[in-house]
Amino acid sequence: MLQNRPLQAATFAACSLLFALAAAAPVSAQGFDFSGFVAGETRIFPEEAQFPEQRNSHISPSLVLQPEFRYRWNRRNDRLSFIPFLRLDAHDENRTHFDIRELSWYHAGDDWDTVLGISKVFWGVAESRHLVDIINQTDLVESPDQEDKLGQPMANLNLLRDWGTLSFFVLPGFRERTFPDDDARLRGALPIDDDDPSYESSAEEWHVDFALRYSHTIGDWDFGLAHFYGTSREPRLVPGVDADGNPFLRQRYDLIHQTSLDAQYTTGPWLLKLEALTRDGHDGDRFFAAVGGFEYTFFGAFESNADLGLLAEYLHDGRDNRTPATPFEDDIFLGTRLALNDVEDTELLAGVILDLDQEERIFSVEFERRLSDNLNLEIEGQLFDNIDSNDLLSGFEDDSFLEVRLSWFF
Amino acid sequence: MPMHRKLFLKLESSKSLFVLALVIFAAASTSAFGETPEEKGLAIAEEVDRRDLGFGDSYSTLEMVLTNKQGQSSTRELRIQTLEVPERELGDKSLVTFDHPRDIEGTAFLSFTKILDPDDQWLYLPALKRVKRISSANKSGPFVGSEFAYEDLLSQEVDKYSYRWLRDEPCGDAAAGLNCFVVERFPLYENSGYVRQVTWIDQQEYRPIRIDFYDRKDSLLKTLTFSRYNQYLDQYWRADEQYMVNHQTGKSTRLTFDEWEFRVGVNERDFNPNRLKRLR
Repeated sequence: MLQNRPLQAATFAACSLLFALAAAAPVSAQGFDFSGFVAGETRIFPEEAQFPEQRNSHISPSLVLQPEFRYRWNRRNDRLSFIPFLRLDAHDENRTHFDIRELSWYHAGDDWDTVLGISKVFWGVAESRHLVDIINQTDLVESPDQEDKLGQPMANLNLLRDWGTLSFFVLPGFRERTFPDDDARLRGALPIDDDDPSYESSAEEWHVDFALRYSHTIGDWDFGLAHFYGTSREPRLVPGVDADGNPFLRQRYDLIHQTSLDAQYTTGPWLLKLEALTRDGHDGDRFFAAVGGFEYTFFGAFESNADLGLLAEYLHDGRDNRTPATPFEDDIFLGTRLALNDVEDTELLAGVILDLDQEERIFSVEFERRLSDNLNLEIEGQLFDNIDSNDLLSGFEDDSFLEVRLSWFF
Repeated sequence: MPMHRKLFLKLESSKSLFVLALVIFAAASTSAFGETPEEKGLAIAEEVDRRDLGFGDSYSTLEMVLTNKQGQSSTRELRIQTLEVPERELGDKSLVTFDHPRDIEGTAFLSFTKILDPDDQWLYLPALKRVKRISSANKSGPFVGSEFAYEDLLSQEVDKYSYRWLRDEPCGDAAAGLNCFVVERFPLYENSGYVRQVTWIDQQEYRPIRIDFYDRKDSLLKTLTFSRYNQYLDQYWRADEQYMVNHQTGKSTRLTFDEWEFRVGVNERDFNPNRLKRLR
C-alpha cells in the first residue's frame, strides 16, 4: 500500500476539497446519503497449486467492505462522493488491500459537466475483453477478468453539445496494477515484484497523463473516438534474478500513445460491437488490436419472460514480444446470457474464449440473483483448459476456481 | 405554405364547382350518418392527447410493489422524469432511476420514444460506470420483473395505435359516478405483446380510467386501473395510483406516486446518455 504515493497525495487533496465544499454547501440540500455493501466471499480451487511456493489453499475466504457516502445539493447538479474499499483476504497478502474508489466532486452545468478528484470512467462495448478502457488501472487481485478498477485521480471536463460530447481528462498520479502475492493462487508462472517498478518517464508515477474522447449517438449508432497519452496501464513484465538467484518479473511502465474507437450498431434484437486501437510507445512496434462481434437476443425465450442472448466476438491483437503480453492474439469468444426478468433479477452469463492458434480454452461463468431486499448472491468461475506449457497462461493451469459471494447492501 | 396556396388556387379553377359539390356532399354525409367508430375512437384519443399538451416536463417519485400469487411482495422505489417533445411525429423522452433495492440503486433506464420506429434505449450501470445502448425490441418484456411491460410504461403517443370506439358506459368502480368512452386500440408498432387493448376514458376530463390488455392469442391478459387522480397546473391530471393485475398468473403490481412536479426545468441535455453519470 505504501507504493501508492499518488493515491495518498490525491486523497489528501481531494479530502481537503471535499470538506471545504461540504462546509460551503447549503444545508437545505437534497442531502446526505449513506449506502454500500459488505460481502463475504470464498474462492474454491479444486486442484493442487502448481508451484511449491504457492500455498495449497483449496478454500480461500475473503471479506469486502465498501461504504458509499454521497452529498448532493443544487437539485442534484452538485455531488460529493466518497467510496472507500477494503478487502481482507485469508491467504493473499496483496489481495488484502485498501483503495479509494471514489473521492470526487461532480458538477453539472447547462451543457457541460466536470469531475474533480478520484473517480472511475468506463469506455467500451465488448463483452470478452475491455480493450479500449484505459483511464483506470486494473485492480487485478480482485478478479482475473480485469473488470475491477482502482480509483484514478482526475480532472475531467465534458462538453455536451448537439454535435456530440467532448471529454477532456488530465490524470495526475499513476496507479500501479495490483498482482497476487508470490505465494497466492492466480499469481502466474513467475513471481511479480511489486515494490520496485520501473518507468519510462523520469517523473515515474507522477507523470501527468492526458486523454481526449469524442462520443456521439447518430440514429442506431453509438460511437466514441479517443486518444490517450501517458503511462501505459499495462506493464511489461521483464525477467530478472533476485539476490538469492531466484527468477522474478519486474514491472515496467512505458509511455504510450493510444488511439481508439468503440462503436455499437443497435438494430432490432441485434447489437453489433467493435472496439479497436492502435498503440505506440513500448519497445516493440506500433500495433493494432481489435475485438468485434455481436449479441443477438431472443426476447421472451422458451414461451416465458426470460431473454436469451447469444454472443460471439473475435479478438485480434497484433502486438509483438517487446510489449506487455496478452493471451488474446487470435481468439474467439462464444457466450450466452440468460436474464429471467424475474423479481430476483436472476442473470447468468456463460462463455468460452477459444485460442485459435494453441487451442487453449478459458471457460467463464457469472451468475447473480437477489435473495432478499438486501442480500445478493453471486457465483463466478473460470476454468483454464488445455493450456500449453509454453504459453503465457501456463502459470494459471491449476488455478481454475469457483467464487461464491454473498453481499449485504445497506 | 406554397402548397396550400396551390391547392386553394386549384379550387378556383374550372373544376372548382365539382370539387365544392363533392366537399359539401362529404360533409353532409358525415353529419347525417355520424362519424365512423374508427373516427370517433381517434378523435377521443386526440382529445386525451390535446388536453395533456404543454406540460413541458414532469418529475415523480414512486413505489412499485410486486405481489405474487401467494401474496408475497417486494418493493422498488424509483423516480421518473419525462420531457415532453411537443411534435406529434416525435415521442417523449423519459428517464427512470432506481433508488431501491439497494443493489440496483442508481441504475437508470433512458428511453427516447418513437412513434412506429423502435425506441432508442440506454441502461446505466453505476457500479461499472457503464452506459449501455440496449435493444428496444423487448417491448412486451416485463419491466424489472413487474407486471408492467416496457410498452405499458413508456409514453403513449396517439399515432402508435389505430382506434375504434365501442360504446359509452359508466366508468365502474375505479371512477364511480363518471361516464366513460370505451375505445379499443390496436398497436401499430412492432413487437407488441398485444393484439388489442380496451380503454375506458372518462367523458368529463378525458383521463384513462382502465385498460384491458389482450395477448397475442386475444385472451384477456391484464387489467390496469388508474385511481386517485389529481390535477396540476390547473390542467394536467395524473393518477397517484396505477394497479396492474395479471389474470393469467395472479400476479399484480401497484405503482403509488408520492410526488408529482411539473416544469422543474430539465432540458434535452439531462436526457443525454452521457449525462447518466449525473445520477450516481
